[in-house]
Amino acid sequence: MLSIIDVKRIRADFPILERSVRNGKRLIYFDNAATTQKPKQVIDAIYNYYMNYNANIHRGVHQLSEEATEAYEGARVKVARFINARSDEVVFVRNATEAINLVAYAWGRANIKAGDTIVVSEMEHHSNIVPWQLLAREKGARLYYIRIDYGDGAKGSSSSSNNSSSSSRSNSSSSSSSNSTNYDVASDASDASDDGDSSLILDDLYDAISHANVKLVAITHMSNVLGTINPVKEIVDICKDKGIKVLVDGAQSTPHMPIDVKDIGCDFFAFSAHKMLGPTGVGVLYAKRDILDAMDPFIGGGDMIREVHKYTASWNDLPWKFEAGTPNIADVIGFGAAIDYLNAIGMENVRAYEHQLTEYMLSRLMEVKGLRLYGSKEADRRGAVFSFNLADIHPHDLATILDEDGIAIRSGHHCAQPLMERLGVAATSRASLYIYNTREEIDRFIDSLERARLIFRVGG
Amino acid sequence: MSSADIYREIILDYYRNPRNYGRLEKPDVVVRDSNPLCGDEVEMHIKFEDGKIKDIRFNGKGCAISQASASMLTEMVMGKSLEEVKALGKQDILEALGLPNLGPARIKCALLSLKVFKVGIYSYLADKIGEGEASSIKEEASKLF
Repeated sequence: MLSIIDVKRIRADFPILERSVRNGKRLIYFDNAATTQKPKQVIDAIYNYYMNYNANIHRGVHQLSEEATEAYEGARVKVARFINARSDEVVFVRNATEAINLVAYAWGRANIKAGDTIVVSEMEHHSNIVPWQLLAREKGARLYYIRIDYGDGAKGSSSSSNNSSSSSRSNSSSSSSSNSTNYDVASDASDASDDGDSSLILDDLYDAISHANVKLVAITHMSNVLGTINPVKEIVDICKDKGIKVLVDGAQSTPHMPIDVKDIGCDFFAFSAHKMLGPTGVGVLYAKRDILDAMDPFIGGGDMIREVHKYTASWNDLPWKFEAGTPNIADVIGFGAAIDYLNAIGMENVRAYEHQLTEYMLSRLMEVKGLRLYGSKEADRRGAVFSFNLADIHPHDLATILDEDGIAIRSGHHCAQPLMERLGVAATSRASLYIYNTREEIDRFIDSLERARLIFRVGG
Repeated sequence: MSSADIYREIILDYYRNPRNYGRLEKPDVVVRDSNPLCGDEVEMHIKFEDGKIKDIRFNGKGCAISQASASMLTEMVMGKSLEEVKALGKQDILEALGLPNLGPARIKCALLSLKVFKVGIYSYLADKIGEGEASSIKEEASKLF
């Protein structure tokens, strides 16, 4: 198969992929949904800043400050173009989690009242659940969960939204295994026809809107567990005529596909640099300009003000109103280099290559006896994030065996415990791929799963 | 230590066929703890009589190492005097598992049950013999992790 991108050349940019682990095994890094590796270009950009033009930004009149400001604001322009936003709609924060919290505090506190409803889904990361729980508790508002279609007859059986802020809407599929110590997973091979396709049940959203005073829908663009790509544009279309704001958690989608926030039409969009070749410590909140204008600041301090007097202050222009204190200058500049790197490959090509890898991974996973994959079996509807369980092997035991073969995967609840509850498991194993991963690595990963079956003496 | 060494038949047997699994009707002590990093959970029900462990059950969920070690621990302490079980240490568990050199990433899995058990003994003793002696066991338990 002819590759869409030159993986060999890409891999050469990532020095870490050359290292060996666990007594000489070549590293296979399949933990990209947690954080990705960084190319030399990103590392060099950060190094270059500290070596040659380290200075605080804005206000400085000396040359170093000018250069640093130019690089920092230049990165903002790159990010804005990358998601088709205006640069004054791009706020730099620490990570996607902070971006969502910023919305919960600065927008939510002013706009969510007692009796209002905030809609999330069962497949959200804790970072898109807990801020809304806190807000709902403070305001006396309600949380409402859009269920996922997961083969337990849930589809279409929508119910009223009479939920307190802390309770999950759906509990019909929670595991009730109480008399077995063994890990509670199905040991038979996965069966796509039984499972549903793990997509959102949009009827639940219609239901919520018709029965409750919905003010905000906060939804992930791509599940960090299932890989499911959600129809966020359709969700915005459902909401916009009703004046309902939509926040999209783009932490998992932005690294892997072209993003156009104007086309999606969402009000807020959050993502993290470190999941897309950039450094840790940088995240982005996009919000529509009129919303940012109307919002009060989140954090007060230097740089976010226009004028400060003893008892009053006025705010700086967008987006600096939301960036109090000295920001993470070096890493924002590094993030700019990551955007350049991805643009050089082209996000359409990133998506197309990962689509190929996904098709191959799906076909290979289906060959493994006793493996249960969570999420869609169709590459068109998902990203290259694969959560699964293998027979009765606990994910941590599996991760230990794979680690021994030099393969880094994640095991646990992936900060999505309501989803784990919905799937009826305590934990899953998760392999997540990126542009530098290859079919050969997938083959070695499958071999390692077979070795785990042998070590655990899984029959069949 | 390779995976083939870790997941020997005996560990898998205790994982899949746990001894003393379940709950007690009227336990003197119920203790539960979890490992927040990986979500392993162990709960122990203990019944005492004449200064001895009269009966003990465990339940929980987690990896093979955490669940096998919990099951083995219940067998080790069943019928033993409080003096004997107070002396139980980390090495006793690792040796019972046959994993004396378990690496840092997984040793917490192996020792979760001992921690739960020691805290259980502590809370019982705190009632019976006063804080002094009990707190030294508690301190020991807290050092396991």
